[in-house]
Amino acid sequence: MTLQQILFFIFGAISLGAGVGVVTARKLFHAALWLLLAFFGVAGLYVLLEAPFFAAAQLFVYMGAIGILIIFAIMLTRGMMRQRHPRANRQWWLAGILAALFLATFVRLAWQGPWTAPAGPVPENSLGLLGLTLVDPGGFALPFEVASVLLVVALIGAVTIVRER
Amino acid sequence: MMVPLQWYLILSAALFCLGLYGALVRRNGIAILMGVELMLNAVNVNLLAFWRYTEPAAATGQAFAAFVYVVAAAEVAVGLALVVATYRTHGTVVLEDIDLLKG
Repeated sequence: MTLQQILFFIFGAISLGAGVGVVTARKLFHAALWLLLAFFGVAGLYVLLEAPFFAAAQLFVYMGAIGILIIFAIMLTRGMMRQRHPRANRQWWLAGILAALFLATFVRLAWQGPWTAPAGPVPENSLGLLGLTLVDPGGFALPFEVASVLLVVALIGAVTIVRER
Repeated sequence: MMVPLQWYLILSAALFCLGLYGALVRRNGIAILMGVELMLNAVNVNLLAFWRYTEPAAATGQAFAAFVYVVAAAEVAVGLALVVATYRTHGTVVLEDIDLLKG
């Protein structure tokens, strides 16, 4: 077993274990902390996949921005944290069966898929290549601009929705 | 030796199904959004794994992963704004109790 495989198991165990914590934690705040740990595990997987930009973005965007946003929302709806009500609805068994079926299908497909051996090494300037592809008119320039518009729309929409009237 | 691609796919499938279970089962709106975030992360692991193992010389897989980030940020901002606004008007974040449009 190589170092990469050991690291894969460590980070995979972190993200999966924290994911179980997210869906089962009794207190919502604990679920948010588990979610941050799951994001960290996924960031480690990105490092293993030789995508350091996405590992850094995972730390900044997910653990930083989205994590803080979720914790803020929990604090703003704090009255709900103290109430003792069941955390799962009545269809939990149905959802469990559905998720297990999905998992079985995915694992079966992944196991028998026609995957080839790993391709060559990642080019030296893969991040520069990503940047060029994002602004290349023949590449992803239009989706890139639409994505920036989407961010602005989401920002203004979020402010408008929560504004005191 | 590198990690086989199957391991990444199975891991992300497991993470996706955890998120799906959380999104379907939890009653609190914020917890449902957390489940959706887990699902989006699993999708990103899949995208980057396929990029790394099939076409590392092209940036397409990375570009898709970047768009997933943008959509996830927009989704969580609007979703949490809706939850907070609902808490203000209805005094609850349990989505089953919000049945304003129910006939």
